Amino acid sequence: MTLNRRQVLQASASATTAGLLAGGAALLGRPALARPAQALRPPGAIAEADFLGACVRCGLCVRDCPPQNLKLSRWGDGLARDVAIGTPYFVAREIPCEMCEAVPCVKACPTGALDHRLTDINQARMGVAVLIDQENCLNFLGLRCDVCYRVCPVIDQAITLEKVSNPRSDRHAMLLPTVHAEHCTGCGKCEKSCVLEQAAIKVLPTAIARGELGHHYRKGWDATNQGGRPHFDAPVQNLPAQPVPGDLAPLRSGREAYDPAAAASANATHPAGPGQ
Amino acid sequence: MTDPAVISRSFGISRSAAAKAPGRDAVRDKGWWRAHRFLVLRRLSQLAVFGLFLLGPLAGLWVVKGNLSSSLTLGVLPLTDPFLLAQVLATRHWPETSALLGAAIVIVFYATVGGRVFCSWVCPVNVVTDSAAWLRRKLKITTGRAPRGGLRYWLAGAVLLASAITGQLVWESVNPVSLTQRALIFGGSVAWGAAAAVFLFDLLIAPRGWCGHACPVGAAYALIGSKGLLRVAATHSSRCNDCADCYAVCPEPQVIVLPLKGKAGHGPVITDRDCTNCGRCIDVCGPDVFRYTHRLDSKRD
Repeated sequence: MTLNRRQVLQASASATTAGLLAGGAALLGRPALARPAQALRPPGAIAEADFLGACVRCGLCVRDCPPQNLKLSRWGDGLARDVAIGTPYFVAREIPCEMCEAVPCVKACPTGALDHRLTDINQARMGVAVLIDQENCLNFLGLRCDVCYRVCPVIDQAITLEKVSNPRSDRHAMLLPTVHAEHCTGCGKCEKSCVLEQAAIKVLPTAIARGELGHHYRKGWDATNQGGRPHFDAPVQNLPAQPVPGDLAPLRSGREAYDPAAAASANATHPAGPGQ
Repeated sequence: MTDPAVISRSFGISRSAAAKAPGRDAVRDKGWWRAHRFLVLRRLSQLAVFGLFLLGPLAGLWVVKGNLSSSLTLGVLPLTDPFLLAQVLATRHWPETSALLGAAIVIVFYATVGGRVFCSWVCPVNVVTDSAAWLRRKLKITTGRAPRGGLRYWLAGAVLLASAITGQLVWESVNPVSLTQRALIFGGSVAWGAAAAVFLFDLLIAPRGWCGHACPVGAAYALIGSKGLLRVAATHSSRCNDCADCYAVCPEPQVIVLPLKGKAGHGPVITDRDCTNCGRCIDVCGPDVFRYTHRLDSKRD
């Protein structure tokens, strides 16, 4: 096949047009990377940047979702304006994830945009609940609401009630709902059931909700986190098993200075030891 | 592709008064049904596909779930759009088996049947482009210029390249095929803008512009079906009275010239991969020049 000048020019014109069209389409898809925090992805969704390349927007997860909480973004309706068109999401405050044991939405996904390795729904991480408004949370006001705690499917692990003294009365307790991100699946039941006009507890995408500890930090009390550093489960100082002469501690306590001879005679007269 | 030197851009349409109402002679000679049967059958086919998808959400009968991007029929048969899967692979995501299997089934089916059968018998945008072409003829709009037919192949390549660079399914932000079908099945109003855009583009800017020249999904199906069996052939080309009705209704009129006229030693079978196998030329031809056949059928009289 020989190319003449006309064909080369036509081909380059077509190629340029095609490049511009494809580039335009790519630009149109860019804002979708800024998915709104309230739009949560289904269980097992891979990282958002990969998700946009893996999800074919077929809606099979939506069809197999028993509580019908998943929907496909259609542009135009409020929140969905910024969710990539055709991709599945749910809004916890409207219909939270029911955490079906069989995980039907993940099984329905033909491309693995919802990772098929997720077989235990308790391992899903759709986001993390954050008690974002302590000023309005009823439990922080000293009342016993506890609704978010009680509806939590991973109760006493993902949300616990931490008892602290109420400084206003000085004789009552406050039971503060406390999220433990390690166990939170991000199902959104807490956000859905919060009794306030606007939920005080909200599920946020993990990237927004969580901080990240400096990688050089070592928690000395965490046995799994030693990283070759010294162990602290043994005492920092090896205190002598027997009292030593010159130990100043008894002086500080107001008692007499330690005298080995006196101690020996005291032990002899009171074999049961001190304290009697 | 046909030799570009043979193809003129007007195809002699302007010299035929009949072209303004193509098919009038066919209705007179063959009766209404035989002058419209493949058009009606195609609309029924498109409606049936659409109806199967809607049966679930409307009547609770889940024969087919999903949409044309990817679907599951009766819980066992996965089908996936090959061009979409190509974009997924371009983003370097390795999909689950069901998507790969689904695309393989679609590819094998269309590669065997052949031609752009998807475009003319399944795709919902076909109704849009056909309506625009019909209105163009009715309103006698002759302005506008279509981009070159090769654009769609360039666009398909550019979309795959852009998907690889951005890691997103680039075409899914604008693809009128999936936008329209998803809006029909899952609801949504803004996506109708895509269908309206195709309609206006075809009507006012470029005749048969979208489906005939730009759509990379159609390009993918053209490549898949290029060696398929089902073909339209100008078997009885000796009966041709040069009314040019077939050129007027054909969404890809350049494919007819060589087989009909037997130029450059071309056989009667329309082998150009751009032919959508819509069969509208068979309908509108009064003397019944065309018929469906297989690609090896070289009979001509």
